[in-house]
Amino acid sequence: MLKLLGLDLPEASAHAAHVDTLIGAFTVLILLLAGPVIVLMFAFGIRYRRGKQVNREHAPNRNVALEVSWTIVPFLLILGFFIVSAKMFFTIHEPPADAMSISVVAKQWMWKFQHPEGQAEIDTLHVPVGQAIKLTMTSQDVIHSLYIPALRLKQDVLPGRYTQLWFTADRPGTYHLFCAEFCGLDHATMGGSFVVLPPAAYARWLAAQASGGSLATAGGALYRRLGCGACHGSDDTARAPRLTGLYGSTVTLAGGQRVVADDQYLHDAILDPNAQETAGYKPIMPTYRGVIGEEEAMQLVAYIRSLKSVPEERR
Amino acid sequence: MSRAGMHDAAREDLAPLRTEAEAASYLGGDTSLKAWLTTTDHKRIAILYLITITCFFAIAAVAAALIRLELLTPQADLLSAEGYNRAFTIHGIIMVWFFLIPSIPNVFGNFLIPLMIGARDLAFPRLNLASWYIFVFGGLFTLAAIVFGGVDTGWTFYTPLSSTYANGNVVLALAAVFIAGWSSILTGVNFIVTIHKLRAPGMTWGRLPLFVWTHYATALILVLATPVLTVTLLLVAAERIFGLGIFNPALGGDPLLFQHLFWFYSHPAVYIMVLPAMGVVSELVPAAAHKKLFGYWFVAYSTLAIAFLGFLVWGHHMFVSGESMYASTIFSFLSLIVAVPSAIKVYNWTATLYKGSIALNAPFLFAMGFIGLFVMGGLTGLMLALLAIDVHVHDTYFVVAHFHYIMVGGAVTAFLGAAHFWWPKMFGRMYNEVWGRISAVLIFVGFNVTFFPQFLLGYMGMPRRYHVYPPEFQTLHDISTAGAGLLGLGYLLPLIYFLYSFRHGEPAPVNPWDATGLEWTVPSPPPEHNFEETPIVLRDPYDYPLSHDSSLR
Repeated sequence: MLKLLGLDLPEASAHAAHVDTLIGAFTVLILLLAGPVIVLMFAFGIRYRRGKQVNREHAPNRNVALEVSWTIVPFLLILGFFIVSAKMFFTIHEPPADAMSISVVAKQWMWKFQHPEGQAEIDTLHVPVGQAIKLTMTSQDVIHSLYIPALRLKQDVLPGRYTQLWFTADRPGTYHLFCAEFCGLDHATMGGSFVVLPPAAYARWLAAQASGGSLATAGGALYRRLGCGACHGSDDTARAPRLTGLYGSTVTLAGGQRVVADDQYLHDAILDPNAQETAGYKPIMPTYRGVIGEEEAMQLVAYIRSLKSVPEERR
Repeated sequence: MSRAGMHDAAREDLAPLRTEAEAASYLGGDTSLKAWLTTTDHKRIAILYLITITCFFAIAAVAAALIRLELLTPQADLLSAEGYNRAFTIHGIIMVWFFLIPSIPNVFGNFLIPLMIGARDLAFPRLNLASWYIFVFGGLFTLAAIVFGGVDTGWTFYTPLSSTYANGNVVLALAAVFIAGWSSILTGVNFIVTIHKLRAPGMTWGRLPLFVWTHYATALILVLATPVLTVTLLLVAAERIFGLGIFNPALGGDPLLFQHLFWFYSHPAVYIMVLPAMGVVSELVPAAAHKKLFGYWFVAYSTLAIAFLGFLVWGHHMFVSGESMYASTIFSFLSLIVAVPSAIKVYNWTATLYKGSIALNAPFLFAMGFIGLFVMGGLTGLMLALLAIDVHVHDTYFVVAHFHYIMVGGAVTAFLGAAHFWWPKMFGRMYNEVWGRISAVLIFVGFNVTFFPQFLLGYMGMPRRYHVYPPEFQTLHDISTAGAGLLGLGYLLPLIYFLYSFRHGEPAPVNPWDATGLEWTVPSPPPEHNFEETPIVLRDPYDYPLSHDSSLR
């Protein structure tokens, strides 16, 4: 029917095709459940309209078996759909380990995407076909939502928090990219294109883009510019915890609580250091909120992440 | 001039228009403006609400018209981005809090609950009047917010947009909804006490009309959920005015906290809007079919079940918000369970028609319209409760279509059904039945032409709250706008023939539909004190046929 109207929403991933199947199947279920009600309403309305001679003897006004069956049967059918859709939902929340990481910062009213080698683009996202992509997203101001209909995916992008979205696009093409969460004045124009390229074309595209170096490199430069090393760089760890090997390790907080040092933890530790004091250290680190933005925070986090595998001399 | 003199003068002026029954009713007596504005009669307060919410409906409908006209083309022609954002915000705030929430409960609930249970008035008549004044006071804040330039946060007030970034009159709008919330709470308390304490002898819980059951459930939600909203709005105002860090992470707040609190109220609020509508339809269907409602207890308990489950599903508004995947899964499951009590009602209404003697009159056509649109809205709601589908269609026109099917297709259609059913009782006049049927059909058709294309738009990926959009969506938007024209006409018609009936309508008999229910045993319109003597209820509800019982005629 949609195709008759000249409308065709492309399926740019296997997940998109699965969602369409689910929607189609549930539409059939809607017809099965609603059809009898609509048909019977009309049929009864005509057959038993007032003034018409028709057998109205022994009209029932309760029937427990009927009530129970029209309660249970539709529910079991719906439960089947619940299980299938929950499985799909779990899948889109568990990115594969080899996914290529792209960082996303949203602000009123633009999207900034940064590729692993540092190439940045605004409002348009280029990705290679067949490669799992993981977007790590945050917002500089209000809540936004990255929505790519061709993938049947969206994820809200929150200030002060990292959210993720992953996908494997399997059909080259140019598709819509929208902001789906109302974010103020120019919400309707906060979007652009999602471009899926064959791997070779993607490589060519990457090569043609200027790059200020990878996120971690930029983060390293920022680390030096802000003078973080004055406390964190020395081998004497009296003033501040060492950053090498920090990423992924377990940190004991002053309250005795233990947390894993992931992206979110590092982000919060930079922007709001006193909220999560590390046990054994005085709360002397100044906050960097207002000093650096979310993009710089992402670069610093990437730099600290890179210190995991590369030992001392990188500092 | 003495009060008696004014009274006589008023009566002389209206003498040719006024039947004896009207003069002896709650509409007679002191008809001065002061008497109306200081009345504690639940019936007059219901009329005050009817006038007030009709005005608000008109304002919000103008905003809707602006929205639909702007969307005729993919570019911004009629409204700028700012104008459009303000139009949909005002449309949402007024339609939800100043029309839908008070619509059926405060007009028909107010008027009918005492009559249906055999009481003289609500338990706290002065509180009832106070709740109207508070409501109007809140309404003035809304109007002030519009007059001073509007507000552009969306009716959902998501933070930190509303608390930090938006430029409009956010605090005025928050105050408006905050104040209206108090009115809701007072009405809820009043209904609960009334239904518990003022039932006539013999009016047991098993003999309560379902209209009263659904209002009981609605009142419970009003009392339990509304305080959460009012406190939340206060917190948003505190962050906006004083910079207290509650919701904005830049101030140390939590970006998702607002959504949890807001939907903890606003999902139950959906049932505040639709349960009374279900109550109306549960009256209209047996009255049209002249047959006992099928499965009375199933319908009554499903009402309470919906009210209870409504408190456990708020997280289904947040599947893509960053809420935990496990929380989302549980909310998805609980949301699907709501289908069970809803389906029970629909199937029971349909089964009531079997072997009935069905009058195909205007109230019945509205009731059928409600069932059709509610079924469509409910089943697409299940689609939205399915996690993987919601991730695609959340925040698109699919959601817009879904909730308009429930709120407008459901609640507004039932509101009009109630108006057509009880109009003769409320005002003692019959309206033009043929125009009533035409309007019911026109609204049903106009509604579907307006909102069905929006399901397709949503599936195609058209996000909400966009005044400009990619050109491929234009055909569907244009169909939708054309439908809105039909729908607007459908809503205008009743206004005309109802007003016309005041002067030219036939005087209504006591029981024009031969319906059961205590409200049909008192004159049309009812006298000020409702019942000459307290009725004693000996019969079950919907005890059709009535033919052998001349006392009810």
